[in-house]
Amino acid sequence: MTLWSDISELSWSFVGVLRDVAPIVVVMFVFQLVILRRKIPHLRQVLFGLLYVVLGLAFFLFGLERALFPLGREMAAQLTDPTFVGIAEGDTVNWLAYYWVYTFAFAIGFATTIAEPSLIAVALKAQEVSGGGVKAFGLRLAVALGVALSLAVGTFRIVTGTPLYLYMIAGYIIVVIQTLAAPRMIVPLAYDSGGVTTSTVTVPLVAALGLGLAGSVPGRSPLLDGFGLIALASLFPMITVMGYAQISGWLARRAAARASAPPQGDTS
Amino acid sequence: MSSSAKDMIRLLGETARDLAPILVIVGFFQLVVLRQPVDNLGQIAAGFVFVLLGLAIFIRGLEMALFPLGEALADALAQRGSLTLLILFAFGLGFGTTVAEPALIAVGEEATEVMAVAGVIADDESTLARTATSLRYTVAVSVGSSLVLGVFRILKGWPIQWLIIGGYIVVVALTTIAPAEIVGIAYDSGGVTTSTITVPLVTALGVGLASVIKGRNPMVDGFGLIAFASLMPIIFVLLFGLVIAA
Repeated sequence: MTLWSDISELSWSFVGVLRDVAPIVVVMFVFQLVILRRKIPHLRQVLFGLLYVVLGLAFFLFGLERALFPLGREMAAQLTDPTFVGIAEGDTVNWLAYYWVYTFAFAIGFATTIAEPSLIAVALKAQEVSGGGVKAFGLRLAVALGVALSLAVGTFRIVTGTPLYLYMIAGYIIVVIQTLAAPRMIVPLAYDSGGVTTSTVTVPLVAALGLGLAGSVPGRSPLLDGFGLIALASLFPMITVMGYAQISGWLARRAAARASAPPQGDTS
Repeated sequence: MSSSAKDMIRLLGETARDLAPILVIVGFFQLVVLRQPVDNLGQIAAGFVFVLLGLAIFIRGLEMALFPLGEALADALAQRGSLTLLILFAFGLGFGTTVAEPALIAVGEEATEVMAVAGVIADDESTLARTATSLRYTVAVSVGSSLVLGVFRILKGWPIQWLIIGGYIVVVALTTIAPAEIVGIAYDSGGVTTSTITVPLVTALGVGLASVIKGRNPMVDGFGLIAFASLMPIIFVLLFGLVIAA
């Protein structure tokens, strides 16, 4: 790698982000200035902020492309390689043989979700709006756990070749039941956290893992079995976020009950 | 100036904490499980420095620009009080940000390839390209309509769960009749539509609307726009598969 190719790669990443931002900025500014005819408050700060957004994302993507993605793709290929898994040509597949794949899927799902920029944004907003009732970091941990579980289950599904819709429908049923029981204020946030988990960092790695796995497990086709990880990763966080609210609500109620109980009477 | 420098250092520290798990896991698998030395260590280390700086700068920009912009727009639209404008804006934002989304373009190409292999559509260059383009517009229209529906819900104060659960029932019903090859792609398309720049804006817009409209609670009514934007594409792509196969 020469310095020159680095610079040209970085500028491409910059151009790519600019192209993503352009339609949004056009829609916003046309509405604000032409249709609503309102000045944008703190215009200077907003323009600098937009510059930060573009610059930050460009650096972020450039760095990922440089460090994490090649490493992640290579690791996905090595972990799903039949010789590493220890199966010979023509063996029937024992799903247990792929335990390192499930572990990797779980761990990398958790780690990349913690670093996901759009989740950071939603978590910050939720903490602000709830007046601290929802902790930004706690929310992110809950979502990351959901993504981790979903990828472990999703890789298991690819190895066993069971149909995706069964998992999705089972997940939907759990979501519906939890919705009836969870605190009302967490429900919309939980639904949103399904959609924000899979963007910049997670999708490219997950796609590599799914395609690598479907391509190397005997009897699976990357075209027909390689997808579905993203779908599960958008579903499971709803379950863990509502679960997080249910558990912390339960703990708070228990603590309150303890505090109000007479000091010696608690023997149950 | 020194306080903003302090802010930036604090932010860099937090970002480093956010990225640490990735380093630990990659290191563990590389050295303990796969027992492979890491090639190009210098290049990878430099890459991580860019990731760290980029994430910290992005978060700073988020608080300076994307959140205030979304709030200012919600404020302006609510004061103007025109439903048509609000709906037009919601649709434009959803459609405009989705139609050019690179992840969506990739999924569209993959989807048409699967359908051609399965024999649902003819396997020639022009059919593939046409199908991929119409799929992309289908998803963009679906994201535009989902923001319209989501904004409408905030105005009316409808509880979100009935809409989402109703959506699930539609998804399940469509799954049983749609061509099996499109199902996985349809489910995945819900996850790829919401980009890193759209999410903060849309969130700020929803929360902003719910805070300025009387009788709405930002926590209960403000969130949920992204949920619609993740659910609606699944329904539209399943319908797309049905139409194509017919």
